[in-house]
Amino acid sequence: MSQDITIKITDRNGTKHEVQAPTDMNMNIMELVRAYELAEEGTIGVCGGMAMCASCQCYILNENDVPLPEKSPDEDAMLWEAYHVKENSRLGCQIHITPEINGLEVELAPAQ
Amino acid sequence: MIQTDILIIGAGPTGLFTVFEAGLLKLKCHLIDALPQPGGQLAELYPKKPIYDIPGYPEVLAGDLVINLMEQIKQFQPGFTLGETAETIEKLEDGSFIVTTNKGTQHQAKAIAIAGGLGTFEPRKPILKDIEFYEQNDRGVDYFVKDPEKYRGKKIVISGGGDSALDWSIFLSDVASEVTLVHRRNEFRGALDSVEKVQELKNSGKIKLVTPAEVIGFKGSERIESVDIEINGARMNVETDYFIPLFGLTPKLGAIANWGLEIEKNAIKVNNALDYQTNIEGIYAIGDVNIYPGKLKLILCGFHEATLMCQSVYNRLNPGKKYVLKYTTVSGVDGFDGTRKEAEKAVVKSIE
Repeated sequence: MSQDITIKITDRNGTKHEVQAPTDMNMNIMELVRAYELAEEGTIGVCGGMAMCASCQCYILNENDVPLPEKSPDEDAMLWEAYHVKENSRLGCQIHITPEINGLEVELAPAQ
Repeated sequence: MIQTDILIIGAGPTGLFTVFEAGLLKLKCHLIDALPQPGGQLAELYPKKPIYDIPGYPEVLAGDLVINLMEQIKQFQPGFTLGETAETIEKLEDGSFIVTTNKGTQHQAKAIAIAGGLGTFEPRKPILKDIEFYEQNDRGVDYFVKDPEKYRGKKIVISGGGDSALDWSIFLSDVASEVTLVHRRNEFRGALDSVEKVQELKNSGKIKLVTPAEVIGFKGSERIESVDIEINGARMNVETDYFIPLFGLTPKLGAIANWGLEIEKNAIKVNNALDYQTNIEGIYAIGDVNIYPGKLKLILCGFHEATLMCQSVYNRLNPGKKYVLKYTTVSGVDGFDGTRKEAEKAVVKSIE
């Protein structure tokens, strides 16, 4: 069994959650939010994780502490079309849960 | 008024397959969809992407699955009301329903199957002052290109950076007198040949490209006369007859949410122990739009739900009638168009 990691998620109401995330389930941050039901169904993961909507947009709160993978051209292009985008915006579905991102802190962007 | 046995709301994979299962039971279907083509998300969002969990298909492109489903159901002659959204529902005394779309098209059916997926795809609208005023009564803001002829000889400004912005800019450059394409950045995301074509049209002066830029406001008292564009911190004003923002689509449950159905987590609660019926008798919900304990939003689950639902509709419409499950291999498929598909007969012949 590989070890779970800890991810801190601030939901759209501003409530902070600290959740355990498995690293052996091929999961991403969007799916983690859905698994813990931290955002209303139907308002997150609309495209299923294809970087084709921005419903899982989140702000990375500690980007200097945690090494994240580079944005793919698809993710980058989608973020250019989304609303409420900031410098530290990412799409949750494009951030895979790996041991390296233990301690990541994200805040969910408002619903699109 | 359109008359049918089962009115299916949503022409995605689940809705399409319902036509087949209903047809085996001699029930006729009509489908309503907000999009201009059948296929739902598969056709609109990811036609060129593969799906790996359709039983019997190790890999199938979403667009091809739609083509196959249309082929599979064609002998049952489904009717389509496309580009319209189911708006209101009325239950008549005889137990049938009348569903009216946003354009006033009326449908009467003995049963309703809501196969609405994530909901109606509505355009994502830019957040701009007074945009609601200009989007009404042909005052100049359009979110879809429905009738390209409308733009003949007109000046248009298109905004967006994806396939639809590129493709409509290309198409309308032959129709409109002037096409300006505005995008927040220099890079576009689309099929390679579309990007190259826009480059060509830009070079030949048929499309004016304004990047990295954004439309930030409108001018015009009766209707739109020009748009204000911010480009690299500076402002410019471009005269136009139409502004067409193409920022993609976002699904909303829409008017169905007001039909008195039990809703949980933006989905419609159904009886999964039996037949996927909602709290209103005669209205069913199948596929991604429904919810029950253990629900999985998978195409293959939608197919299963559609099959059980059709049996329930049959039993409701034919109370007391004896019915035995038939296998298509054994009984063949008799279309409403008079065609018949059947297994080739084996021969009984001695070998000497």
